[in-house]
Amino acid sequence: MLRRLDIPLNRDSSVRFLPWIIALMVYLAGLALAGTLVLQGALQRWDRSLAGTLTVQLPPAESGKPDAMPAALELLRRTPGVTSAEPLSREATARLVEPWLGTALTPDELALPRLIDLRIDPTASPDLAALRARLAAAAPGAVLDDHRIWLDRLAGLVLSIEVTALTIVLLIAGAAVLTVVFTTRAGLAVHHAVVEVLHLIGARDGYIAGQFQRQALDLGLRGGIVGLALTLLTLIAIGRAGAATALFGEHVRLLPALELAPWHWLMLALLPLAAALIAMLTARITVLRALQRMP
Amino acid sequence: MVRFENVGMRYGAGPEVLRDITMDLPAGSFHFLTGPSGAGKTSLLKLMYLAERPSRGLISLFGRDIATTPRRELPAVRRKIGVVFQDFRLIEHLSAFDNVALPLRVAGLAEDQIREHVSELLRWVGLADKLNARPATLSGGQQQRVAIARAVIGRPSLLLADEPTGNVDDEMALRLLRLFEEMNKLGTTLVIATHNEGLVTRFGHARLHLEHGELTQERARERQAG
Ligand SMILES: Nc1ncnc2c1ncn2[C@@H]1O[C@H](COP(=O)(O)OP(=O)(O)O)[C@@H](O)[C@H]1O
Ligand SMILES: [Mg+2]
Repeated sequence: MLRRLDIPLNRDSSVRFLPWIIALMVYLAGLALAGTLVLQGALQRWDRSLAGTLTVQLPPAESGKPDAMPAALELLRRTPGVTSAEPLSREATARLVEPWLGTALTPDELALPRLIDLRIDPTASPDLAALRARLAAAAPGAVLDDHRIWLDRLAGLVLSIEVTALTIVLLIAGAAVLTVVFTTRAGLAVHHAVVEVLHLIGARDGYIAGQFQRQALDLGLRGGIVGLALTLLTLIAIGRAGAATALFGEHVRLLPALELAPWHWLMLALLPLAAALIAMLTARITVLRALQRMP
Repeated sequence: MVRFENVGMRYGAGPEVLRDITMDLPAGSFHFLTGPSGAGKTSLLKLMYLAERPSRGLISLFGRDIATTPRRELPAVRRKIGVVFQDFRLIEHLSAFDNVALPLRVAGLAEDQIREHVSELLRWVGLADKLNARPATLSGGQQQRVAIARAVIGRPSLLLADEPTGNVDDEMALRLLRLFEEMNKLGTTLVIATHNEGLVTRFGHARLHLEHGELTQERARERQAG
């Protein structure tokens, strides 16, 4: 990839650090990008799987009070747009909390709320506000949870994580650009005599800049590939750890599944290339601007 | 070929080191540039090889006013000028071959042509067995020949040499001067800065004499006469 260099840039100590700095930057940018993509995917999946499903939560039955369950079920089933309303059995409810609490406690001892699994027709959704009011009247203490609030909060969280990640990536890119600028300036200063000779024997600015930019491209690519390798290793490790937290088969995980679409992988693979191109352009512009000061 | 009109030059905000230089060197001419150390010989050559800009006056090379020539066209002008620097300015990490090849590479010549030209020229200056030697491993005289080969490899129309005989023995100095005369016969315009009066009188070419930054042809003639 490297043609013969007239300027011995590859022997400078300052350029030894550049690939490592770029590797670190590509690594961090890669993690930020992968994290964002994973969160985006997870959010979409949650949104899709939760659309049309609601939960009604009734307070635990207390002895001496009439059971609110039959009234709630009746009301729900009468409501247009509701396709089904099924109470979750005690056992099913207990199973939901079992991973956290174990089997030692019975549902009665836990005083678990009782849940109704509600399916609605997403195309003819009932007026949820009105339904909520009627439900509260028919079954005091009943809560209708359409997961919207939760999803909205989650979307907000994902957005703020994305903004943070993007900021980090931009800061990283800025730091990379500055690093290349300083490395290139150091190279120009160290090799001033050679640069001047090249200039005086009729080298165009582009020829001299070419020497620096080829070097920057080479170092950027090498660093970028190391950074990408570290990113992939980390993602695989996180994927393994995530799989270990799978609770019910593949359905419930503490960590979102590491599911990246092919174009996500492509974006990750383009990171070293982008870093190398940024390094190359930065070196070129830095040298051209410096040469402009020569007569 | 080289025309100066009332040229003055200073380094930064310092005093003028060249004053009111007016001269017209025709194509194919051969000039010695003489004068005591510090008179401004190197500075005058720097103006000619476009390493410095004048602080006033007009310089035209090959019929072009340098001040109005766009920057992007200057490399082409520089390629018509060969320079033997006072301190050679060979590139230390490049072999003799690569140093001499540099002007051709910079001009974008094909590598096989470069190989042929450079080997031939290095053979001609007696360095056929030093193609791969680094400048540091060469003697002063050998380095000088590499520097001269680099200056002439591009067949320049104008050859400028800054004290090229400064650190070689008299015999080598004579040989170099003969080489320059050969080039002059082939049409190259030459300006050779030197303070070797013996060479100047021996070769008897036109002389530009500098004193305190001013051209003083009269005094030089007086001195020659006296
Ligand atoms: N790069 C420089 N910066 C400032 N002053 C310089 C520089 N080079 C030369 N000078 C000054 O310019 C004057 C002429 O120097 P120079 O052209 O090298 O003379 P010569 O080659 O005849 O010995 C001297 O007074 C010298 O000190
Ligand atoms: Mg001098």
